[in-house]
Amino acid sequence: MSLQFVVNKPRGPLGWWILAPILGATLAILWWSAQGTHLSITGFIDGLPWIADFIGRMLPPNFAFMQKLVKPAVETVQIALWGTLLGIVLALPVCFFAARNLSPYAWVFHGLRQVLNVMRGINEIILALIFVAAVGLGPFAGVLAIALHGAGMLGKFFAEAIEEIDEGPLDALRAAGAGTLQRIVFGVLPQVLPTWIGVVLYRFETNIRVSTVLGMVGAGGIGFELISSMKLFAYEDTAACVIVILVLVLATDLVSSKLRAMIR
Amino acid sequence: MIEIRGLAKSYGDHQALKDVTLSIRPGEFVVVLGPSGAGKSTLLRCINRLIDPTAGDIVVDGTSLSSNRRDLRLLRRNVAMIFQQHNLVKRLSVLKNVLVGRMADLSPVLSSLQLFPEADVKIAMHCLEQVAMSHKAKSRADALSGGEQQRVGIARALAQQPKFMLADEPVASLDPKTSRTVLTYLKKSCKESNIAVLCNLHQIDYALEFAERVVGLSAGQIVYDGPPSGVSGDVIRSIYPGLDDPNVLDAAQRLTERRRTAAEAVIAAAAVASDGNGERA
Repeated sequence: MSLQFVVNKPRGPLGWWILAPILGATLAILWWSAQGTHLSITGFIDGLPWIADFIGRMLPPNFAFMQKLVKPAVETVQIALWGTLLGIVLALPVCFFAARNLSPYAWVFHGLRQVLNVMRGINEIILALIFVAAVGLGPFAGVLAIALHGAGMLGKFFAEAIEEIDEGPLDALRAAGAGTLQRIVFGVLPQVLPTWIGVVLYRFETNIRVSTVLGMVGAGGIGFELISSMKLFAYEDTAACVIVILVLVLATDLVSSKLRAMIR
Repeated sequence: MIEIRGLAKSYGDHQALKDVTLSIRPGEFVVVLGPSGAGKSTLLRCINRLIDPTAGDIVVDGTSLSSNRRDLRLLRRNVAMIFQQHNLVKRLSVLKNVLVGRMADLSPVLSSLQLFPEADVKIAMHCLEQVAMSHKAKSRADALSGGEQQRVGIARALAQQPKFMLADEPVASLDPKTSRTVLTYLKKSCKESNIAVLCNLHQIDYALEFAERVVGLSAGQIVYDGPPSGVSGDVIRSIYPGLDDPNVLDAAQRLTERRRTAAEAVIAAAAVASDGNGERA
């Protein structure tokens, strides 16, 4: 069997040599970053016994401690639920104006995309610190943090889904003399709804994961138990927390992927 | 009566439409022939202002309609459109797609809550009956075949109860048998309601078969406007410059002749029949 290499030579006068500077630059940046992060194989190998020691202290997990974790675990889910919902409520009115094909003016579209970028750019933990200062310690601060960050995410994904719709039906609605509200309800929503539901479910999964650590900064949920058990060197309790978090996250993933498969 | 006066559209330096003037009588079935890029779609989309024309007027029953909101609504209520890709909302039911044709007259809030006046639902169902699709009213639009989807597209346009219907290559993506069915439904239902049709077609044979009047468009200008029996090889060459396919020209010639003899036979038969009636009277 004879083989033929079917790849086009890169266009331009340099030909394959164009790859040399790209490869060189990539290697240089990676080397520089390795220096910056003290990347070291020996360091990792030297640390292995300590990791083993830590895991050893976590075993056996303190299953009795799980009784105390039920309430914080439920709270974690509640934070994710309301954080996601408020995120949707914030994103919905914005997303139509943040979609290039529906936005009435280019500056509205660009402006809103930047607003969404900023909301998305700040991590939930940082937002949680701010909201703890504003509304006090507890799960409500967590809800607000997840809602604000999530609105930035959902707004962007909702708008991108709108940009991908088939505009033919919108033409048909316009030609039939339908108004703006009717064009959105009958032309846009039916086309984006499956994508939107998928995005919301994915967001809920992410929010469950986030709300398991919000407790570390005092914004409610199971993260508070996790961090305090570690501070008390009660590593068997920490293991119990980790197991509960894993169960929580895996169960959400399972349910949400089942739900997403159901949407056509 | 729909009059198109001096319609022009340019994109930068490119003139897609140059001073197109047409008047179409109520109930007339007009086919626009022309090569790709001749401005057929642009012409149709300028008429209902899906594209803003550079110059020209659309006059419906003696009223010139400008581009302000009120006139635009009036224009679009009177002028319905059928698209090549059907442009149905795929995830909605057939009935709801047809109700889209009623929306110009419906309350935006109530219709958004999926509440429609019974009278309008009746109109929509009647339009589905006209294209023999009422049995699929509850199906989702994407469950239908291409030909069925286009029939629903026709029903949606009929539901507007328009004076005038624009059809932008309604059968371009359908097989010959389905194309014929769709064009037959289009012509029949528009005749029933005395709706004038301006239909873009790529197929010369369908044009000669279905049209009552053929408009030839080439490079944004009307090069022929007359009965299908007048579409000779020369006319086709002027519509499609550079087309020297003897088969097409030959077929067109034969179709035209056959049609002319058929028309003459009908006239002769009518004459005989009226003579017969005269004798009996």
